[in-house]
Amino acid sequence: MSIFEYNGSALVAMVGKNCFAIASDRRLGVQLQTIATDFRRIYKIHDKLYIGLSGLATDAQTLYQRLVFRHKLYQLREERDMKPETFASLVSALLYEKRFGPYFCQPVIAGLGDDNKPFICTMDSIGAKELAKDFVVAGTASESLYGACESMYKPDMEPEELFETISQALLASVDRDCLSGWGGHVLLVTPTEVQEKALKGRMD
Amino acid sequence: MKLDTSGLETFVPPSRGLNVLPSDFTASPAFDLPGCTDFDGFQKNAVQMVKPAKGTTTLAFIFKEGVIVAADSRASMGGYISSQTVKKIIEINPYMIGTMAGGAADCQFWHRNLGIKCRLHELANKRRISVTGASKLLANILYSYRGMGLSVGTMIAGWDETGPGLYYVDSEGGRLKGKRFSVGSGSPYAYAVLDSGYRFDLSIEEAAELARRAIYHATFRDGASGGVASVYYVGPDGWKKLSGDDVGELHYKYYPVVTSSVEQEMAEAPVA
Repeated sequence: MSIFEYNGSALVAMVGKNCFAIASDRRLGVQLQTIATDFRRIYKIHDKLYIGLSGLATDAQTLYQRLVFRHKLYQLREERDMKPETFASLVSALLYEKRFGPYFCQPVIAGLGDDNKPFICTMDSIGAKELAKDFVVAGTASESLYGACESMYKPDMEPEELFETISQALLASVDRDCLSGWGGHVLLVTPTEVQEKALKGRMD
Repeated sequence: MKLDTSGLETFVPPSRGLNVLPSDFTASPAFDLPGCTDFDGFQKNAVQMVKPAKGTTTLAFIFKEGVIVAADSRASMGGYISSQTVKKIIEINPYMIGTMAGGAADCQFWHRNLGIKCRLHELANKRRISVTGASKLLANILYSYRGMGLSVGTMIAGWDETGPGLYYVDSEGGRLKGKRFSVGSGSPYAYAVLDSGYRFDLSIEEAAELARRAIYHATFRDGASGGVASVYYVGPDGWKKLSGDDVGELHYKYYPVVTSSVEQEMAEAPVA
């Protein structure tokens, strides 16, 4: 089994009308054994910028700590928060630094930029950026997520519909994956507020 | 599961060396070998490909009233869930059932085969075969195929003239008589629940609930087990299916979501 599939994960981000949503499952496992069902793999960088890290959990946490460190230095020097595009370049640079011994993570970045334009992007473990206008997925359930998102996504959804769509896509996808699921986390970010919801799901 | 096609890249045409051999050489009957460099590896991978139902939880135990048999219903290929509705408890005849762990085709085929053999025994001897006898028939067949890649881990449970019977039989040739078994990737979790809750003088309802809980807890912890928890009971009048509960609903029955209550309501301060 690949080291990317050691802990198991499902991550998805979707763009709506002046908003975005990012969602993940709640499982942390060691191969087939479920260790925890309240695990977080979506991290906050600032109020309008989030990063989800799929793959090996230990590398995800280390990478997150380095990203927070670099973002704080940026805040001190520039006296403002990072734009999502800038942050994506930072993540990419940090990942490529370890070109020949990578962090075993596939990040999903989602944020609201200037004039609240939603931005989503994903990367491979060595930092090749992939920008998307609609949705991005990552993790062991990524193949099922592509299928679910491809059939359920519509452009310019309002926040309420976006929440419903991303939740249904996530729950449907993890039902076809042994290594992810056990509930979900959804973050819905609009220019004025951030809603965080925990999803009930199948616990097998 | 991804198909490994690397062995197919250096394909050698079957016409190799024909010019140095007599022309009637190819007339002799022979199997076509797959055109790959590593035939042993190819064969091993091919054997792995026909084993889908890897992750499983099955259990069975004898108690005062008879035998309880329970199983989950998930079939997985690597990390992919190929089905959530697999029938892992196979009805051999009205008095005997078998469980399925390992290769789905191997289990299904040899249980059907066992059913035939049991019926023939019944016709020849004018009485039903004992569980001991049936399990030994299966064990002997599996032993004769030992080392050829069969993958079977089964429990044969039933009721015969001597009362309840339970045997564990596997494709390595093992056959064990016992009171309590669990087979599959989720078996450690099922055993934990089963061992802590088991008593011989359980009622049928209590025993069924214990089996259901054991399967549920196994599906919770084991990524390769899930779907529906089916429970069968075998008594003096043959087997009967007691329940089939969707584990997705069972979890919230066992552990209802408690909505966090407001710790303290805001209230008007009393006027002094």
